[in-house]
Amino acid sequence: MRNFFLIFKKEFKSYFASPIAYVVITMFLILSGYFFYNTLALFSTISFQATLNPMLAKQVGLLNITESVVRPLFGNISVILLLIVPLLTMRLFSEEKKSGTIELLLTYPITDMEVLLGKFLACMAVFAIMIALTILYPLMIIAFGQPETGPIITGYIGLLLVGASFVSLGIFASSLTENQIIAATVAFGLLLLFWMISFSASLAGQTLGDVLLYISLTAHLDGLAKGVIDTEDIVYYLIFITLFLFLTLRILESKKWRG
Amino acid sequence: MIEVENLTKYYGNYHALKGVTFSVEKGEILGFLGPNGAGKTTTMRILTCFFPPSSGKAKVAGFDVFEEPLEVRKRIGYLPENVPLYKDMPVEDYLAFAAGIKGVASKKIKDAVAKVMHECILTDVSYKFIGELSKGYRQRVGLAQALVNDPEVLILDEPTIGLDPKQIIEIRKLIRNLAGRRTIILSTHILPEVSMTCHRVVIINNGRVVAVDTPQNLTSSVEGANRFLVKIEGPTQQVIKGLEAIQGVEKVVRKESPANGDGEYIIESTKGKDIKREIAPCVVSKGWALLELKPQEMSLEDIFVKLVTKE
Repeated sequence: MRNFFLIFKKEFKSYFASPIAYVVITMFLILSGYFFYNTLALFSTISFQATLNPMLAKQVGLLNITESVVRPLFGNISVILLLIVPLLTMRLFSEEKKSGTIELLLTYPITDMEVLLGKFLACMAVFAIMIALTILYPLMIIAFGQPETGPIITGYIGLLLVGASFVSLGIFASSLTENQIIAATVAFGLLLLFWMISFSASLAGQTLGDVLLYISLTAHLDGLAKGVIDTEDIVYYLIFITLFLFLTLRILESKKWRG
Repeated sequence: MIEVENLTKYYGNYHALKGVTFSVEKGEILGFLGPNGAGKTTTMRILTCFFPPSSGKAKVAGFDVFEEPLEVRKRIGYLPENVPLYKDMPVEDYLAFAAGIKGVASKKIKDAVAKVMHECILTDVSYKFIGELSKGYRQRVGLAQALVNDPEVLILDEPTIGLDPKQIIEIRKLIRNLAGRRTIILSTHILPEVSMTCHRVVIINNGRVVAVDTPQNLTSSVEGANRFLVKIEGPTQQVIKGLEAIQGVEKVVRKESPANGDGEYIIESTKGKDIKREIAPCVVSKGWALLELKPQEMSLEDIFVKLVTKE
């Protein structure tokens, strides 16, 4: 427990000792702010038109701020995260492998599990700070409108789960190589694949289609962004996270039997 | 304290260690000597539980490196060859981190770090980032992290490589001061280092142990003959003939000497024959001048080259 905390502290600090965390968080906020502005501006234009056109106002959902602004906001943020998270995770093991510090770290009296969890949660902490800064957007909506707070809360739970999934896959990619660019590319590629695998669901026939839809990362966030807490979605993310953390642990252990 | 039995290690098809056996007593400084690629680092990595051997057994302080790696690691301070350290951490923070991970109690970390920084002369740079330090300082930070939890066993992989002569002397002094309470294994391919710091030497070549002994014993054991260096003023050919005529002399070789006509000769005698007393009268009787006469011991270099090239 103590070892885990020491690793966590060291990793968390090192994100802020270099400019990495600042640059990544800034770029993320610029992009998510831009998306938010656009959805909000579109919503207010449509609302304004609806005051002039009663027929438009009758369309269900169009003038619901939760449906038209909050829900797309989480969708957009999750797409940005797909691009940003590999940049946060790529250094976690690759850098240690490249500089050789892994040799010292793994000869300290510490288990692989403690190292992995320390690094994973340190990255999650940076991720959580990044996500927490976007709370400004829903607060602005609350200040000027009446959105439902339920979907906002579940949306953030969803983002945390999606983020943890991305981080676990990113760490896995980082444990495979000593080259940070390769780590980021592999993480990004795999995430995109998991994201878009649902595209082929409609072509794949009934059973396989359902499977592909279930595997896809996208489908499970949407429910939470709408305010629906489905155990199926939660379990999906937990399995995803555990699977990749487990695989990373195996990679770390493989140094014992690989020549 | 450390027992290594018949270690082998394969990297894929490459056979890096071919049955290495040796042991180290408590409080001893063992020099691990060998040319590059002999298997020194591989043996050290096995002892520090970085990876297990392909076969064979290694025990540190009574704990098997494969069965109980955490117990072994708690008792070891390790300085890897290229001193990999976190460049983005200040010296003091890094040492505190290492102390914590190596099990120093939270309340004692500050004292332990201060003590080890004092020992390794790092107090002046405690707030600097490791990346800003020169090679010599970085080496000392590496040594400091190995020492911070006061381990029973120290494993130092080429601790003086890349340092300037003054720093080398400092580090050697530091290592000698550490002996006694601790058991130390240090690897090197610099021979004088071994005779200066180590109690015992393991010479390893091509994944095998070629010799284990004290530096002194090694020096005398390999010697097949007594050797003398003499400096004589006189005609070369006749001097060689004259010297060879002495009973017990096996070989006389003239050393290339650049300046004046004084020739330096190396005389080898058969083992057990003392020819010291015969040389001077012989030279004098022939009317030459004896300028210098001194015994020549075989240096560790000679022994090393002899052992390593034997195969």
